[in-house]
Amino acid sequence: MAIKQISVFVENKPGRLAEITELLAKNNIDIRALSIADTTDFGILRLIVNDPESTVQILKNDGMTVSATEVLGVAIPDVPGGFAKAIRTITDKGISLEYAYAFITPKSGSAYVIIRVENNELATEALNDAGIKIIEQGDIF
Amino acid sequence: MFFQKEIETMNRKDMAALQLERLKWTVDYCYKNVPFYTKRLDEAGVTADKIKSLEDIKYIPVTTKADLRDNYPFGLFAKPMKDIVRIHASSGTTGKPTVVGYTKNDLNMWSDCVARIVMAAGATADDIVQISFGYGMFTGALGLHYGLEKIGASVVPNSSGNTEKALMFMRDFGTTALVATPSYALYMSEIAKELDYPMSDYKIRLGLFGSEGCTPEMRTQIEKAWGLFATDNYGMSELVGPGVSGECEERCGLHFNEDYFYPEIVDSETLEPLAEGEAGELVVTTLCKEGIPLLRYRTRDITRITYEPCKCGRTSARMDKVIGRSDDMLKIRGVNVFPSQIESTLIGSEKIGANYQLVVRREGFADTLEVKVELVDGSILESYQDVERLQNSLKHKLQTVLGIQCKLSLVEPKSLQRFSGKAQRVLDLRNENK
Repeated sequence: MAIKQISVFVENKPGRLAEITELLAKNNIDIRALSIADTTDFGILRLIVNDPESTVQILKNDGMTVSATEVLGVAIPDVPGGFAKAIRTITDKGISLEYAYAFITPKSGSAYVIIRVENNELATEALNDAGIKIIEQGDIF
Repeated sequence: MFFQKEIETMNRKDMAALQLERLKWTVDYCYKNVPFYTKRLDEAGVTADKIKSLEDIKYIPVTTKADLRDNYPFGLFAKPMKDIVRIHASSGTTGKPTVVGYTKNDLNMWSDCVARIVMAAGATADDIVQISFGYGMFTGALGLHYGLEKIGASVVPNSSGNTEKALMFMRDFGTTALVATPSYALYMSEIAKELDYPMSDYKIRLGLFGSEGCTPEMRTQIEKAWGLFATDNYGMSELVGPGVSGECEERCGLHFNEDYFYPEIVDSETLEPLAEGEAGELVVTTLCKEGIPLLRYRTRDITRITYEPCKCGRTSARMDKVIGRSDDMLKIRGVNVFPSQIESTLIGSEKIGANYQLVVRREGFADTLEVKVELVDGSILESYQDVERLQNSLKHKLQTVLGIQCKLSLVEPKSLQRFSGKAQRVLDLRNENK
């Protein structure tokens, strides 16, 4: 149902992001989506990858602070108002949204949005009722 | 309880008179028997008869650990080997070991000192005491050993190591008191919990801890694990070993054995005496030692001393637990900062690692302090607010303890490790060119 997202604590220093992504590349990890939010000191890198379990292991073995959580992936028709509708559906249910980031894949005409909400089950139900498609790990690789 | 009540409760005036008499004796004795001191005292123009009051001690040059090393092994001994009956040495982890020698009188004085502090801590002749310090060149084990025998306690000289066997003896003997480093006492409790015996099989009621610092948090942890009453004692091999000072049951400072050791608190940079209650470096002069007397020995330990009488009835000077070492003290915007203060503030947060680093910079005319800690708990990464909350709460705690503003940075695990896996605790960039 949900998609596994990896969060990595990254210090703000030159080349650090390159090092981390190179490490993943060396291990044949395919990154489908990512988001990075930062302050002046540190950032949190969030990744959607083809093999979340191995990714966690690879990063942990390298000594990094990592966590894995389940997030929702939503397929949104690539038309004006598509995203707004999805968000409205969730917020109307009183579910708060922590963060979201979008990506596209070559496969379909939809845009994909990863959303992190406080309650995955409730949000899934609401989106299903509204006829908005929830994607799974298999849909994006 | 007292071991030598008359001395321990002596009024301040009589104590000062006794100290002055003994100080004069020590200066004269050093001058006549230790060539190193003959030269030093001549250079400073100090002789015993020039010392009219205890304040005059400030004219005597200080002695340092380097002086002991330069005179390795026996250069500062004031007695020939036929009068020396015991030799101890420091571990020498920071260089050549420092070697000390004791005459028969010294050993007797030393065991009196220890007898006083263990009785002040609540030990009695009925106690069965296990000594879990390592025996050997280290003064800790034998120091406590003879002092405890002197009060009539039953001493179990178990030494350190083979923890399971030590625990077996503790259960089978009904051992009531434990001599150890705080960290070993904690380690023993962890092993004890893994064994198939309930903690109620152990009768330990009193802990006589020393030879390393102990934060209040750690002390509480040890007391809870064993159900004991923990006390601290202080000393160093150069001065005698354990027995220089120790806590009484009131636990409001460590009572100094002032008739044998004269304490001063000085500014570690200028060596000027500081007012009562101010924190500074502890400097100690031995007052009766024959084997290796020391004049104004710089302990490098930072503490405070008060002369207020204690509820326990003792009138002796009381020193605080050691706050830090003058060697690694940092002066930031005029405030003394010790890495140990930061360590004890950070300990206990499971979200961060054991390593930390202090970076001191000069920006314009102001010093800035940045404290770097490693974030190890991934579970808080889900929410930005949680990470920032952690950062703010650590920063707030540090600022409260240190009394100065600082910046707290979260860094990746292992990023603070340096050569041979040992973290470089302090990075002082104030005198570097930008």
